[in-house]
Amino acid sequence: MSAMRWRLLAPRNVRLLDRGRSERSAGGNGAQPARALSSPPVSASPPGRTLSSLSATRRGLPKAKMSENGVVPRAKVLTIDTMNPTVKNVEYAVRGPIVARAVELERELSEGMKKPFAEVIKANIGDAHAMGQQPITFFRQVLALCSYPELLNDSTFPDDAKSRARRILQSCGGNSMGSYSASQGIDSVRQDVARYIERRDGGVPCDPNNVYLTTGASDGIMTMLKLLVCGEGMTRTGVMISIPQYPLYSAALAELGAVQINYYLNEEKCWSLDISELQRALDEARNHCNPRALCIINPGNPTGQVQSRECIEDVIRFAAKEGLFLMADEVYQDNVYAEGCQFHSFKKVLFEMGPEYSDTVELASFHSTSKCYMGECGFRGGYMEIINMDDDVKAQLTKLVSVRLCPPVPGQALMDLVVNPPQPGEPSYDNFIKERSATLSALAEKAKLTEQILNTVEGISCNPVQGAMYSFPRIIIPEKAVKEATDKGQQPDMFYCMKMLEETGICLVPGSGFGQKDGTYHFRMTILPPRDKLQILLNKVQEFHQKFTQHYS
Amino acid sequence: MNSNKLPVDVRQRAQWLLGSCAGGSVGSYTAAAGIPNIVNSVSEFIRRRDGAPSYPENIYISPGSQWSITNILKLMLNSKASPRTGVLIPVPCHSTTILSIVDLGGAIVPYYLSENLGWELQVAELHRALESAKGVCKPTALYVINPGNPTGHLQTRKSIQAVIQFVAEKKLFLLADEVYQDYVHGENEFVSYKRVLAEMGPPFSETVELASFHSVSKGVMGECGLRGGYVELVNVDPAVMKHVYTLFSKDTCAPVLAQIALNVMVNPPRRGDPSHRLYTVETEHIKTTLLHNARRAYEVTNSLPGVCCQPMDGGAFIFPRLALPPKAIQKAKEAGTEPDIFYCNRLLEDAGILTAPGCQFGQREGTYHVRFCILVPVATMEELLRRLTSFHTQFMAEFS
Repeated sequence: MSAMRWRLLAPRNVRLLDRGRSERSAGGNGAQPARALSSPPVSASPPGRTLSSLSATRRGLPKAKMSENGVVPRAKVLTIDTMNPTVKNVEYAVRGPIVARAVELERELSEGMKKPFAEVIKANIGDAHAMGQQPITFFRQVLALCSYPELLNDSTFPDDAKSRARRILQSCGGNSMGSYSASQGIDSVRQDVARYIERRDGGVPCDPNNVYLTTGASDGIMTMLKLLVCGEGMTRTGVMISIPQYPLYSAALAELGAVQINYYLNEEKCWSLDISELQRALDEARNHCNPRALCIINPGNPTGQVQSRECIEDVIRFAAKEGLFLMADEVYQDNVYAEGCQFHSFKKVLFEMGPEYSDTVELASFHSTSKCYMGECGFRGGYMEIINMDDDVKAQLTKLVSVRLCPPVPGQALMDLVVNPPQPGEPSYDNFIKERSATLSALAEKAKLTEQILNTVEGISCNPVQGAMYSFPRIIIPEKAVKEATDKGQQPDMFYCMKMLEETGICLVPGSGFGQKDGTYHFRMTILPPRDKLQILLNKVQEFHQKFTQHYS
Repeated sequence: MNSNKLPVDVRQRAQWLLGSCAGGSVGSYTAAAGIPNIVNSVSEFIRRRDGAPSYPENIYISPGSQWSITNILKLMLNSKASPRTGVLIPVPCHSTTILSIVDLGGAIVPYYLSENLGWELQVAELHRALESAKGVCKPTALYVINPGNPTGHLQTRKSIQAVIQFVAEKKLFLLADEVYQDYVHGENEFVSYKRVLAEMGPPFSETVELASFHSVSKGVMGECGLRGGYVELVNVDPAVMKHVYTLFSKDTCAPVLAQIALNVMVNPPRRGDPSHRLYTVETEHIKTTLLHNARRAYEVTNSLPGVCCQPMDGGAFIFPRLALPPKAIQKAKEAGTEPDIFYCNRLLEDAGILTAPGCQFGQREGTYHVRFCILVPVATMEELLRRLTSFHTQFMAEFS
């Protein structure tokens, strides 16, 4: 545990100690704060719970004779009314009500109930292994060796795996992955991450002290947002996020009680980012909050667009001009498929723009072991690199991350391998390259297939899936269906997706969970199922859409 | 899996666990609350341990106990609340939970454990603490650590009952941090808050809102680096439970290897299983070492002049009190540092022992303590005690 000197009795704020960041004075017209992104909560129970037995009696201990002594059950300490109000605004569509229903259907199927489909296809979450993607052999070998070092004596493991494992174990307390690591992450891993970043960015220096290992990228993103959000009323922190967005951001902002500032990506131009739209959103937001941060996901989720270099430069200039902290979510950086598209890291572009920008713009970049060609979501590995952060604030950040003690060590070990993979000449190199290429090219193929098939359907239009792991097609929902949905108190695209689930067993996430222009509807579908299954899936979507449109015309 | 290199029960368990993972891979996301089969095994463990029912839908697996403590606190604390929401916490208390409370905008309401009675929790003191909060904040929850950290105190059944009665009467949400439940020395028995609550029957068992926390970081597993733990929620309003789910799902899920470790912890090899023998040998060794270290540390520290250590029934630490000479206190003040920090710094510089000063945990004004971890090999413990004795003697002589 850290040797923190902590005075018990005086509660302190763990707040951003900023010096000299100019607080924009808010305008005085008292406009309504931007509404947090929300779809009206469709009541559902958490998946994996027996819905039929969610009665209050299963909640507590066995109900013997209640009110035996005439005691009226007293009101609880923690109720919907007394709980933290911001938590009530938190929604996370990726694991929301439709997933609950999907899990229920799976259970019904396993119990022998007859359905119009043989299996539920969970195309809702970016979980590659769940959909059959194979792990990288080398990574699993090293992790196995690290977990059970006895295997270092086993001749079936290649030498390069063994030497990596030894190196990792040596940097762990007591040579065990079961020891706490430093809160910021294992030193040698952070150094390896720094070197990876330097190589990736063509030599732009990276200081390992600016690297924080995290429990998946989500942990880093939450932590940074925590640091950024403060103020009251007109000075409450506003955070710009793209619409559509990955709902971790909206959930985090709701939980922190921050103001969500929506900037719309341009669907007509392949989900590109227009600076004029950023400006519009920012100027409007300045009337009711204090905008301090700009979040961008590149390659995009759910939209899959890969930003051009020019666009990234424009965003950096915009952030510099307007005094915004940049949050660059780059977890899909290896998932780039379209011709003519290339991943450009924000860090690299920033530094290539010269000291006017690279010395001043505050940036946090996020990466993870959950996506790309690794797909190891269950390990919860990730890192963030912090650029140009005020030193005092950095000290607070270091304190903040210590509260959750340390990121999972297996995830740290995995990140070490991701940034330090087999090299030419090493025994595992050929196989590694083969596996990595196979996975990435399969994804590229599936991205194209998805776009092609969906675009043949009347009423569905799909932008090219340039990168990431999803397609986010626009769907036309007939007026009658919109009405039926609204009468039910449901978002029309949720209504659509629920119907699709019930009739085809395909689980998607409605666009309303990610945000979209008013009056438009979308769904997000992953491109992860194996090619043949994906083909079937896409055909079923096509069939369903035609039937649905006909039924409600 | 197909070779004979690993015992058959290991392979069978691995097969069962992989079969419970999406796509048969530990690299997949899991359900937000954890892999259902594993959640069930945790529930069964609790049932076996307590002899009282436990329901899987009330259990959430998390990356370590602090994560779930923070999420549960998030439900109650809100930085905008006026008056601020208060949480009663013991003094001394490990600092991580305190940081979480403060970070979330809660107010700390300290209740002092009675050092002279072996760091016992006295209900009269809980009353006093609650009184002190009047007009300052709105106390909503009571946080207890059993076995204690840093104190090592193990609560009796009677003491737990008294606390339950207190929270029932005063309408407080009970947070029971029980991560050290497997570190119990000698003949003492750990009794969980859940168990006592169930035994007390209605109205308590049906009304007291309780969150119990456990972890793979301690006990015979000691797998801190994997980040695995769980919370069991009792009598929580069903409407609130929905939000518990959303909160946890936002963090996607606990690391899968940690969930696996949790399964092994709650369901270790049984008598008759091929791995049982080795498992018993290894765990017995850990327990014997701990007991030995606890006894030796208690003996030696109490033999040092000006050092008084309360008996520890459990936990992983000793927390002796230091009667520092006035000259040392003066020296510390001149250096602009707390006296126990001063002592600990010297202990590090002169004897190479890294410890934690009492002020980090909270202590009564004018008292000083130091916390040592006793989870070390026997030889290391002896070395530590030897160096400590030598250092302390010199230190006291220097400042007499």
